[in-house]
Amino acid sequence: MPEIVLVVARFGFLALLWIFVFAVVGVVRRDLWSSSRGNRLVAAPPRGTQPASVPPPPARPRATPGRPRLLVVTEGPLAGTQITLGDHPITMGRAENSTLVLSDDYASTRHARLVARNGDWFVEDLGSTNGTYLDRAKVSGPTPVPLGVPIRIGRTALELRP
Amino acid sequence: MTSPNLAYPTATPSGAAAGGRARTGRNTELLLLLFGFVITVVLSAASEGALIDTIRLDSLVLPFLVLLLGLLAHVLVRIFAPYADPVLLPLAMLINGIGVVVIHRVDVPSETDDSFSKFATIGPFDGLGVQQVLWSGVAVVCFCIVLAVVRDHRTLSRYAYTLGLVGIVLVAIPALLPGRFSEVNNAKVWITIPGVASVQPGEFAKLALFVFFAYYLVRKREVLSLASKRVLGIEFPRPRDLGPVLVVWVLSVLILVVEKDLGSSLLYLGTFVVMLYIATERRSWLIIGAILFGFGAVVAYSLGTWLGPFRNFHDRVNFWLDPMSDPLGNTYQLSRSLISLGVGGLLGTGPGAGDPTSVPLPRSDFIVATIGEELGMFGLTALLLVYLLIVLRGVKAGTMARDPFGKLLAAGLAFSVALQVFVIVGGVTDLIPLTGLTTPFLSYGGSSLVANWILIAMLIRISNDSRAPGQVTGGGRGNPPPQLQSVATEVIKL
Repeated sequence: MPEIVLVVARFGFLALLWIFVFAVVGVVRRDLWSSSRGNRLVAAPPRGTQPASVPPPPARPRATPGRPRLLVVTEGPLAGTQITLGDHPITMGRAENSTLVLSDDYASTRHARLVARNGDWFVEDLGSTNGTYLDRAKVSGPTPVPLGVPIRIGRTALELRP
Repeated sequence: MTSPNLAYPTATPSGAAAGGRARTGRNTELLLLLFGFVITVVLSAASEGALIDTIRLDSLVLPFLVLLLGLLAHVLVRIFAPYADPVLLPLAMLINGIGVVVIHRVDVPSETDDSFSKFATIGPFDGLGVQQVLWSGVAVVCFCIVLAVVRDHRTLSRYAYTLGLVGIVLVAIPALLPGRFSEVNNAKVWITIPGVASVQPGEFAKLALFVFFAYYLVRKREVLSLASKRVLGIEFPRPRDLGPVLVVWVLSVLILVVEKDLGSSLLYLGTFVVMLYIATERRSWLIIGAILFGFGAVVAYSLGTWLGPFRNFHDRVNFWLDPMSDPLGNTYQLSRSLISLGVGGLLGTGPGAGDPTSVPLPRSDFIVATIGEELGMFGLTALLLVYLLIVLRGVKAGTMARDPFGKLLAAGLAFSVALQVFVIVGGVTDLIPLTGLTTPFLSYGGSSLVANWILIAMLIRISNDSRAPGQVTGGGRGNPPPQLQSVATEVIKL
């Protein structure tokens, strides 16, 4: 067997091993960027029995202008988190089964929730200790949330975006 | 588990760049698995070329069998954990494959051996290499079972106390059995049924105990982190809250003394202390752990000069301090291992060109020395990086998990892999006293492989939960728990 084959195999193996390591680091790095956008919190409900690996329908029903599609956390420890709005209500609070789990000393266990009715989103306070504010006004009953107006819960601010 | 197939935000950079792949990562996982297969094939071919001067198709057989196992696991992950971390499985599979090839290579007698001429006839199904493939098969089947049965890692917390008890019993069995059934190579960590099989229960005990630790610490962390005294700028816990760490400390000292198993003892204590640190965010626990461990080690060492049970530990420390003191007797193992690593140097002798059988136990305890000799520091470093990436992804699964139990469990499991690799590689390279831990996924042996694959299954389960889009916590059950639906719509006036 020619010597050269052995040399190639020997160093080829080491090179491949390192390329593998860098390939994995590449995957990890890509993952870092996508997860920092917080896209793991998506609150759309499970829909039917589509297989999980099917790519998202490219033509999402075009949202009518001015209709909120995203809930974005703009301030607080979770800033940057985005939640895609579906039909289900979005709960916020310290309870672990909330859609948005707030680790905020000023938030109650079940603090507030967002509910959709006829395409409009309403914010409701669920009897929190420190209250929920829509812009500067304290929320005292189901209140419609306009686009881009901050909802404040403790140190967290959220707003709806189209 | 409801299928979490939701409209996923398409605006994320990676989602746009990589299309469907970035979302679940399953295709990335498949590609990396195939890449790992290519690497093991090249290693196998290179070993065979160097050993018998020709490369037969036979050299493909073992890597191919490992690839089949990898594909099986991959399909199961696609079904049961479609959003899991895409790199954990290929990383573990690569190490497993390299282990199989290296073990098979060691099966070939060395050049100095009388049976040198025999190795031309060694086929892929001779020796321990194929045995290791069988063990890997058992391990991957266990991996699949865990993945299929444990649909939500939170269900594990329901059995935490049971698992804790099981863990303690598993640890204790070898200590209570007579030496004939439990002692191999001077470590009392086995359950042997003579002529049938032997298992190392400690490998499984570790998983059960970490589940228990995670559950216990989630329950108690408020108490452990809130009540504290400030000394020298660091918050120290109250003395009465030291209970749990002292219990684990006593447990690990008992393991050290009765079972002569320094490695496991260090593994349990170290992992518990780190989980305690993660649960409470108090650095003082690390300091307390280090003090307890240091105190224990020093006392055990000094008692070892005259007290039987600590003898083994005392000797090991002495061998560590001067590995060349008795190279043909007591420090034979360690000195051989160091010479092997030295012979390997930077680039190694090349696969198949070394003399691994000059090291004792070249398939299990000293497999790292075998690899160091043939692949050199360059190859060994890459291997350690693969371990590091496994640990990194485990910790990442922990940071992304949305429930504290999952966070602690993932972080604890990941850290235990790191600690285990550190302890065994440190032992073989004479950085710390040599201990009898296995090298995860690499060493020859069924118990270790099965336990570590179950560990990977748990990490994959946790990472799936945290990466799946649209999962309202409550996890596998899909919809928010009923109490949220029934919350009154009316505002409670204060």
